[in-house]
Amino acid sequence: MDQLDTAYLVETPEGIDLQAQLAGPVVRAIAYSIDVLIRSVVMLVVWVVLIFAGNVGIGIILLLSFLLEWFYPVLFEVYNNGQTIGKKYMGLTVVNGDLTPINWGASLTRNLLRFADFLPFSYLGGLLSMTLTKKFQRLGDLAVGSLVIYKPEVRKQAVLPECLPRPPSIPLTLEDQIAIIGFTERHNDLSYDRQKELAHILSDVTELDAEKNIQYLRGVGSWLLGVR
Amino acid sequence: MKQQDFEARYIHLWEELEAFMETGEAENINHFPQDYRQVCHHLAIAKHRRYSPYLIDRLNQLVVKCHHRLYRHNPGFNFQILRFLIVDFPQALRDNAAFVWWSTALFVLPGVLMFLLCYLNGEMIYSVMSAGNVREFESMYDPASRALGRERESDTDLMMFGYYIKNNIGISFQTFASGMLFGAGSVFFLFYNGLMIGAAAGHISNIGFTETFFPFVIGHGAFELTAIVFSGAAGLKLGLALIDPGPYSRIRSLQNASREAIKIIYGTTLMLVAAAFLEAFWSSSTELPVIVKYSVGSFFWLLVIMYCLFMGKRRAHGP
Repeated sequence: MDQLDTAYLVETPEGIDLQAQLAGPVVRAIAYSIDVLIRSVVMLVVWVVLIFAGNVGIGIILLLSFLLEWFYPVLFEVYNNGQTIGKKYMGLTVVNGDLTPINWGASLTRNLLRFADFLPFSYLGGLLSMTLTKKFQRLGDLAVGSLVIYKPEVRKQAVLPECLPRPPSIPLTLEDQIAIIGFTERHNDLSYDRQKELAHILSDVTELDAEKNIQYLRGVGSWLLGVR
Repeated sequence: MKQQDFEARYIHLWEELEAFMETGEAENINHFPQDYRQVCHHLAIAKHRRYSPYLIDRLNQLVVKCHHRLYRHNPGFNFQILRFLIVDFPQALRDNAAFVWWSTALFVLPGVLMFLLCYLNGEMIYSVMSAGNVREFESMYDPASRALGRERESDTDLMMFGYYIKNNIGISFQTFASGMLFGAGSVFFLFYNGLMIGAAAGHISNIGFTETFFPFVIGHGAFELTAIVFSGAAGLKLGLALIDPGPYSRIRSLQNASREAIKIIYGTTLMLVAAAFLEAFWSSSTELPVIVKYSVGSFFWLLVIMYCLFMGKRRAHGP
């Protein structure tokens, strides 16, 4: 199971594992497509505006298209927490191999090497590289050790349900405790029917009906979390 | 300790740190490294005691942010450009002299060969260029053509500047990036560009348009041709790192090489911007006498060669 997981761990000098979720080729391709779309629209607008400005306009169009082609991702990655607009939309972010924010050299290298990823056509090289490496890295990522990860969501602190905390009537193993705490904390996320269903599993042990089972489990969960 | 007691005891510290990470204002943070280690400790405890996922997530995120703050790499683009030009860039070239020489050979040898062939045989050019291209290209440098005989408008210069930036720096980046294909791409681009440039120069000499062609190319060529050779060298470095990684794994060796190679690419980009500027605003001028263009062009060549030969010898500090 571990080999299928996309969790990526980095051990810090403090002996702590930092954890991140790696992003696969599909979401990255979508993010890239969004970026291409945005770039094309920008170029189109610039084109329409400047094409009437004569040779100066053409010069500026050429300069801008150069900058957009090679530096759009670099500037966004360095100055926008590793996120181009497409990546931001998909909730992705580029980081160095040790999960620190990406720096200039690394971002520039990985984006220049895009050219190699593009070969032989339409990013086939990059796709192969992403599917063959454990950390979904395209060639440009391999060269600097950068990663594309999911930007962690800010999880709100769970609001505990209002109920009477009570100690469990029988000794519980650690696994059981975690399950019951999880059940209690997720009381707002699970539908009531699903909670009934889950609580029903224990009705042989608690000898209560489903509704009361829920209240009972929430009580035990709160108690285990330390509510008195 | 129950989870809620644990939270109640330390929530103050976490909130302060979280606020610090959010705003960057450290009012109550006096000992950031100690506080950071403390939170690391809390995370370890929370994981060990199997506290609920939301708490572990929260602490993990806090630790990640603090870790970034404490261990962040050079933020921003803060290499001083002067120091880079005087020390880092020539040093990077010097450290990779073998690649630079190989790259030079791969570019210059086919160029010289093609130059001679096209110079001696007026038909040779058609083996690498279509008849239409040759005609267009001849007319550009035809001394009789009025198009080059008058001073170009400055707005055309700006247009050409854009064109040269996009085209030439693009070529340089491609020459570098395709080094990822075990060096083959860089070899190809060096060889191909050498061949084409040699053919063009040879053919122009063959038909006797030297008075327009060479004064035009000599100035910016000093920066442009060397920059292409340097990006080729950077690409070859990536290639060799993959072919012969030495004691490292292939990935590690590639990463070491690319850290070094990107320095060369910074330098070549600067050189190519200079070249595009010269090509658009200086080389194209037809009012200047040929002798001025030759002398300034030669001066640029001398400058570049001296720069490569004599700069970056002494190591400022570091390994």
